[in-house]
Amino acid sequence: MNIIFAIIAVGTIAAAVAAMSLRNLVHCALALTVAFAGLAAAYLQLGAQFVGFTQLLVYVGAVAILIVFAILLTRGSEPPQQSVLSSGWPAGIFVTVIVLGVLVYAIGKSSIVQAAAPAQPEVTVRQIGDALMNKFVLPLEVVGLLLTAALIGAVIIAMKEEGKK
Amino acid sequence: MTDTADQIFVTLNHLLTGLAPAAWQPLVAAVISIAGIIGAFATLFAITTVLERKGLGRIQNRYGPNRVGPCGFLQPAADGIKAIIKEDIVPRAADKVVHFLAPLMVVIPAFLVYAVLPVGRNMVLVDYDAGVLFFFAIGAATELSVFMAGWSSRNKYSLLGAMRAIAQMISYEIPLILSAVTVIMIVGSLSTTKIVDAQAGYHAIGLPNWFVFTPWGFAGFILFMVAATAETNRSPFDLPEGESEIIAGYYIEYSGFKFALFFLGEYMGLFAISGLGITLFLGGWHAPLAFLEVAPSWFWFFAKLLTLIFGFIWIRGTLPRLRMDQLMNFAWKFMLPMALINIISAAIWHFMPPGYERWLVGAALVIGPYVLLGRGLMAGRKLEKRTYRFAE
Repeated sequence: MNIIFAIIAVGTIAAAVAAMSLRNLVHCALALTVAFAGLAAAYLQLGAQFVGFTQLLVYVGAVAILIVFAILLTRGSEPPQQSVLSSGWPAGIFVTVIVLGVLVYAIGKSSIVQAAAPAQPEVTVRQIGDALMNKFVLPLEVVGLLLTAALIGAVIIAMKEEGKK
Repeated sequence: MTDTADQIFVTLNHLLTGLAPAAWQPLVAAVISIAGIIGAFATLFAITTVLERKGLGRIQNRYGPNRVGPCGFLQPAADGIKAIIKEDIVPRAADKVVHFLAPLMVVIPAFLVYAVLPVGRNMVLVDYDAGVLFFFAIGAATELSVFMAGWSSRNKYSLLGAMRAIAQMISYEIPLILSAVTVIMIVGSLSTTKIVDAQAGYHAIGLPNWFVFTPWGFAGFILFMVAATAETNRSPFDLPEGESEIIAGYYIEYSGFKFALFFLGEYMGLFAISGLGITLFLGGWHAPLAFLEVAPSWFWFFAKLLTLIFGFIWIRGTLPRLRMDQLMNFAWKFMLPMALINIISAAIWHFMPPGYERWLVGAALVIGPYVLLGRGLMAGRKLEKRTYRFAE
């Protein structure tokens, strides 16, 4: 736990909290983008260059834009009049704390934590590419097929039905 | 002698760093390099604004700026002072925080991407293993800042401009990245320095070993530069800021220095993406001919950069603006299939033995789809004089 990690973690969590609690939806989307970028910084800080840059490219570059477009196209970006928190928020916090406690307990007891940390491997982009194209080529193709099917499905749903009125 | 001139900036950096205490040296070296990059490209920005205005003036048969300084070359200084002392107007309905952050968010990524551009031999700030990916990842952040500017102004025109800009940038980002993928496939690395190293040396007939002199590289370079023009919102893809349609697009409500920052960010993006094009296809800092290697490496980088900028200015003065549907059709129906076929062409080039056969196959895979796609998309359409229903 060093100082850079602490800064990144606090920034990411603060942005995530802001994304939940701000009144204006577009502000929420922008705060969420900051949280995405913070996550990318955390990956970079762990030495995972490829994952970090891909996180930036996909989440900040594409997903954030998609969210913003969805907000602008579906409803007005005017802030709501009533409170953003629903009336049952104390119960929500209670449930969250219990779930967090169970998770921390389970992870603390698991064998992963007890085992000594292995030496950090020096992973290059070439190794990731080799692994994706040789060992994991079937999962990669399946994911590609799934995404293509989702894309075609989305187009078909959005398409005007001809013939019927 | 050539080595001294070639490495002059590197030596200078080492000398200055040596003056600092040992513990501070890495930091000092980085700060000096960053200052150098910002200084060099900001100067280039100033020069380019004059050249662009003078060049456009020449094309449009008028004088450009010619009053401030010798031949008008001090015009950018006057413009800068004017921008600083102008009143900064923020609309009453604007979202103040986002309105303030947007110009900064345009400029910061525009400067960040220079970190991975090799501007000369041993002259790259950080040699990331995933350098090209870093470039595209940081570049993608610009889209969000354009949206921030357009949305926070609370102006219909700026929101329209932002929507146009985002739609255009997302559409053209795909051919941009796909055309760069060919180079990554052939080199087998995402590192910008390795890509430049792979283009060292010369062919038997004297041509340099650049990727642009291969069938897939030529097609890739053209696709890359067209997509780069769209990505940087330059004419003929300047719909987001089309003055005659939506006044100035997403930065209508910006004045004074914030407007200047948008201007700066736009030009920095243009230089950066041209620099990446040079790194990927035009051999980076390598000299075009063997005997020209006496000139320092950084000279060749900036010479190529200025040549590309000249091309951009020329295109801006020559071509009219596209329509929105033409823009989208061009991106999705022409650029995207061409980029995908070009990837196949690069793969075949990689696996065929050197010789004229692979030139034939490569050329056929570039020219064939180009002709077929172009003819196919134009089928059933007649090119004739445009008739107006309401004007005239």
